[in-house]
Amino acid sequence: MSWTRKHLLDIQSLSAAEIETVLDTARSFKAVGERAIKKVPALRGKTVVNLFIEPSTRTRISFELAAHRLSADVINFSAEASSLRKGETLKDTSRTLEALNADIIIVRHSATGAPHFLSRFLAASVINAGDGAHEHPTQALLDVFTIRECKGKIAGLNVTILGDILYSRVARSGIWALTKLGARVTLCGPSTLVPKVFEKLGCRVVHDVEEAVREADIINLLRIQHERQRRTMFPSIGEYTSLFGLNKARMAKTRPDVLIMHPGPINRGVEIDSSLADGPQSVILNQVTNGLAVRMAVLFLVNGGSEASLAQ
Amino acid sequence: MNSLLLTGGRIIDPANNLDSQADLLVLNGKIAAIGPDATRLVPPDTERIDARGKVIAPGLIDLHVHFREPGQSAKETIATGTRAAARGGFTSVVCMPNTTPAIDNPGSVALIHEKAEREGVVNVYLTGAITRNIAGEELSPIGSLKQAGVVAITDDGRCVQSNELMRRALEYVRMFDLPVFDHCQDYSLVTDGVIHEGYWSTVLGLRGWPSIGEEVIVARNILLAELTGAQVHCQHISAEGSVKLLREARSRGVSISGEACPHHFTLTDAAIAGSEVFWDTDGGDWKPFFTNSNQLPFWPSYDTNFKMNPPLRSAQDRAAILDALVDGTLNIVCSDHAPHCDYEKDVEFDYAPFGITGLETELPLTLMALHHSGRLPLEKVIPLLTTGPARLLKLPKGTLSVGADGDITVFDPNQEWVFDKETSASKSANSPFYGWTLKGKVTTTVVAGKIVWQDTPAP
Repeated sequence: MSWTRKHLLDIQSLSAAEIETVLDTARSFKAVGERAIKKVPALRGKTVVNLFIEPSTRTRISFELAAHRLSADVINFSAEASSLRKGETLKDTSRTLEALNADIIIVRHSATGAPHFLSRFLAASVINAGDGAHEHPTQALLDVFTIRECKGKIAGLNVTILGDILYSRVARSGIWALTKLGARVTLCGPSTLVPKVFEKLGCRVVHDVEEAVREADIINLLRIQHERQRRTMFPSIGEYTSLFGLNKARMAKTRPDVLIMHPGPINRGVEIDSSLADGPQSVILNQVTNGLAVRMAVLFLVNGGSEASLAQ
Repeated sequence: MNSLLLTGGRIIDPANNLDSQADLLVLNGKIAAIGPDATRLVPPDTERIDARGKVIAPGLIDLHVHFREPGQSAKETIATGTRAAARGGFTSVVCMPNTTPAIDNPGSVALIHEKAEREGVVNVYLTGAITRNIAGEELSPIGSLKQAGVVAITDDGRCVQSNELMRRALEYVRMFDLPVFDHCQDYSLVTDGVIHEGYWSTVLGLRGWPSIGEEVIVARNILLAELTGAQVHCQHISAEGSVKLLREARSRGVSISGEACPHHFTLTDAAIAGSEVFWDTDGGDWKPFFTNSNQLPFWPSYDTNFKMNPPLRSAQDRAAILDALVDGTLNIVCSDHAPHCDYEKDVEFDYAPFGITGLETELPLTLMALHHSGRLPLEKVIPLLTTGPARLLKLPKGTLSVGADGDITVFDPNQEWVFDKETSASKSANSPFYGWTLKGKVTTTVVAGKIVWQDTPAP
């Protein structure tokens, strides 16, 4: 057991042992979710705030349910970054929420570094639920949890992340988590969205999708994020699909036991052929289920939970 | 008759090729005598300053400051800004025109001149806008601005994007013998970038402000300076590619120059990942300065006091800026003193305004990076802050010639001190250098024979 952090701000600063602690804790919580009574009292009397300054449905619901299953009280606060900018500052908003005796503040923000900024002055624990194009730590944790569950290990696996890497917080968190746990990471996508500088993060960068997926044990597809993109980054969605979309012809040239992952929401017919998303190699819904267990583990750990208390 | 005698200091006056230990006498606001004459001419009841062990230099000039008046006086005023200048050893400053409203008409120039006369403690020179309201669309009344007394024109804070408009501005100013300053930034390449595009923008997920966004405009300015013969001055150069372009153009005699700011030749983009990362990666050259205090300054990641425009760049760019200051490609150091309120800076990194204060740390950081590092002797560092800007602007400053204005900066190049938010004179507190042990301290600043800043030694 190795967890002493008050906040979960990013994967980059975690050690492999800390990541494994989260994964092991999550495995216990996953078992809770399979019981008839899915609730434990670990955070009873605690207040968890979902502070979402960027629209999100699935991550917010996952965190909300995770907190409920730990018996915490949950408040949801949503605002558009634009309206927040005109009026109250993030600092004032978050301190107001803290004054309601919040113990854990989960923050999603379009501005990179916002959770780090909050952690400097809040007494509450801060969990990063996605900050700009920086990191999305719990997504990476649930991804490696899913991989470990399916493959029994992480070290030595070939993981290909395919799509818009430049603007992706999922990619950054994934790169750190996977490389720390010993996987070999290949990044693939248009050269404008997957620049060579990512090699300095310990990844292989290729722009030929068949080469990228040929030896892969895992293919993690990322959504093309229209909302973050400058119009000059690639010609069209159609061209993206023809060059980089995962289709049956490309799947035929991969390893037979390759797994397909996707953080969602899926653009069927764009980055992935519809039937592949629902096929036997897809673990996309397992990721959602595991996300709940991982978020329970993170809430539990930042609140000071220990293995001993978990056993009770 | 007011008189002031500085005794026993090392007088370094690059304008006159003077470097010797001597006394210096100021009478009625003018330099009256240096050496034995000073002792001979000194009137009774003269105020004396013991400058033994210190350097006596011409009053320093900073040709790039933002004092925010009119319109943004919550950030800084002429009164507070000039006091910060005095504390930093600057006897003359040049204010940028991106105020609210912009200084794009002779009335605004007169207003600020008057205010500076009344409330300022150092000489305040003004620049006027190249374009009306700094909007980059039509020329401001440059001739009237010149008559009102501006020393240069610039749209600083913004960059004239239209090449045609810039060309016409340069052709037009030739009638008035005014230099044109340009903040070099191509908007189409920079878009919404907030830090240097490179390794750290990739890791931190912050949008990149690529070097090419500066270099493209430097190249344009070289071509337009060559075409028109106007004097173009590229502000706060931050990128290695810009340095190469300027070096080549200057070697051909093109009327182009450039300036560097201390933050660009001390820090790098790694600082935005926090102090630990900076000290581990790019801070090595600075660590020796902290051996006595035995404590490296701390700051967190995404600290908005490290956000400025142009941004902190890579270690390679930093080295190129230092080389350019050594070989004269860049011949002016300035602060780009840009105060912002704490509540404006205490926000998400993306939303914070660009800019940091700099007047009070400029001289020591310059001494540390150029002199104490062994790159340049003192007599080669001082011109960057005196004759360099004075010659570009054709100011009768930056010299200790007999008869010149009695503007003098006395500093101890070796005194170590810690820069502290509480004692800073600026109205704002947005510097990345709080807690830094700095080497080199201004002890007395004299403007027109009057002491405007005097350091009281710590007990």
